[in-house]
Amino acid sequence: MARTALPGRLTWQAATVTAVRQETPSARTLVLDVPGWPGHLPGQHLDLRLTAEDGYSAQRSYSIASDWPGDGPVEITIQRLEDGEVSPYLTDVVETGDKIELRGPIGGWFVWRPAQPAPVLLVAGGSGVVPLMSMIRERGRLRARQPFRVIYSVRTPEDACFADELKRRVRDDAGLDVHFVYTRSAPDGWPAPPKRIDVATINSHGWPPDFAPDVFVCGPTSFVETVADILVALGHDPKKIRTERFGGK
Amino acid sequence: MELDGNALAGDLAEVFAVEMTTARFTCAGCRHADAVATLRVWTRAPGVVARCPSCGDVVLSLVRTPARVVLTLTGTARLELPV
Amino acid sequence: MGIISRGFGGRRRDSAPDLPPGQYLTHDFPVLSAGPTPRIPLDRWSFTITTEAGQKHTWDWARFTALPSEEITRDIHCVTKWSKLGTTWKGVSLDTLFADVETAADYVMAHSKGGYTTNVPLEDLLDGQAWIAYEFDGEPLDPEHGGPARLLIPHLYFWKSAKWVNGLEMMHEDEPGFWEAAGYHMYGDPWHEQRYQGD
Repeated sequence: MARTALPGRLTWQAATVTAVRQETPSARTLVLDVPGWPGHLPGQHLDLRLTAEDGYSAQRSYSIASDWPGDGPVEITIQRLEDGEVSPYLTDVVETGDKIELRGPIGGWFVWRPAQPAPVLLVAGGSGVVPLMSMIRERGRLRARQPFRVIYSVRTPEDACFADELKRRVRDDAGLDVHFVYTRSAPDGWPAPPKRIDVATINSHGWPPDFAPDVFVCGPTSFVETVADILVALGHDPKKIRTERFGGK
Repeated sequence: MELDGNALAGDLAEVFAVEMTTARFTCAGCRHADAVATLRVWTRAPGVVARCPSCGDVVLSLVRTPARVVLTLTGTARLELPV
Repeated sequence: MGIISRGFGGRRRDSAPDLPPGQYLTHDFPVLSAGPTPRIPLDRWSFTITTEAGQKHTWDWARFTALPSEEITRDIHCVTKWSKLGTTWKGVSLDTLFADVETAADYVMAHSKGGYTTNVPLEDLLDGQAWIAYEFDGEPLDPEHGGPARLLIPHLYFWKSAKWVNGLEMMHEDEPGFWEAAGYHMYGDPWHEQRYQGD
């Protein structure tokens, strides 16, 4: 039965994959042409729905990686989960020209609005960097004045998404700092052995609580909880800490 | 697998006219209040189950049938919606 | 149905002739959970049947596992559309547990550690149709599958087979449990595809 879309209601629509970009050996960006996309705020997501020949379908939510200059494509970056049902399809099977059903943008809480004047701390665990990248890109495009500090925890240098772009932006976007934390293996010459994010990391590379920064933390559940606990222990106002968990153990 | 209330955004946007992850819930069990985005969410189940981050009680569940969405709010004392 | 996603298969699933309508065959054992998995030490485990008169029959782990047990081989059917054939369990028949229980009530609410509930007619628990299972595939039941012990009612959708079950409460009237109150069917017969309220 065909249903008529109600205005203002979230509905499914078809998008076309116009390009794919490998970010790391296990993460890929899909560039999507979405007719009539209303625009999104940095941090918002979209839902994807895949349907097999026999009608079986699976739905997942993905953060948007791109900013929104007013038109153009929408980009999502997907990390392949080894036992995943949907992500290996998106990272390994989808090709340019394929149609994908999606709906969005969705969410409004884990969102950075450029009108927020406070300095910003972004803390990413693994592919939790994706919605934070949208914030970094939006800030760069708008030449926003709020200083951003980014702490990005990855297992190895090869697992870092957007590494070249982040390096370029640190050079070109005034007031942007990025600090990497390597948990399994660090690049040659890195001053510290691999370690998990800890109080010292956030103390040295975040903002003092007195600056009342807006803080966004995204990553696996255990990472997010560790970071949020550290931030609160350091004296950050829990109300200024926004978190997004994407599962994992 | 545990997610959080951000993962409810799409399903709730299908039902509500306002953005619901920024809405404020009050848990009927312990009266804890915060943004819907902060709920703890389980999706690998016959429906979506969102629990209070403070006491663990179920605040809301959402079941999708072929023709309906059933939103159960037994554990919600109140919802404050942005307008 | 939406547009077909070229080359998308989804989780491995097969059709099989003897499955209830709308079900697929799975070979692994999917874990569904609506909350954190409780870890219940055996010395803190207990199981209680409470009659409509308030009379309680309680077993601790030692008394429970000393009861006569049965090996059970049955197909199971999850409302999320997977079925698994020939699963093997060890458990205590509810006929055994109800042997000394005096009740005139027709309905049961199963309660689990963590607050989960599900309703079942008493007649579906008796006559060799249901067990409290504590082994799966020859091994102690894993916590993620409901261990130390879960209800096993294989002729109904598997949400009725409450994980971490710790009590049965007799009721004169049928009342909805957790999923039943949230939109699922009160009875849940997979062969009649009673998934949702109104099916």
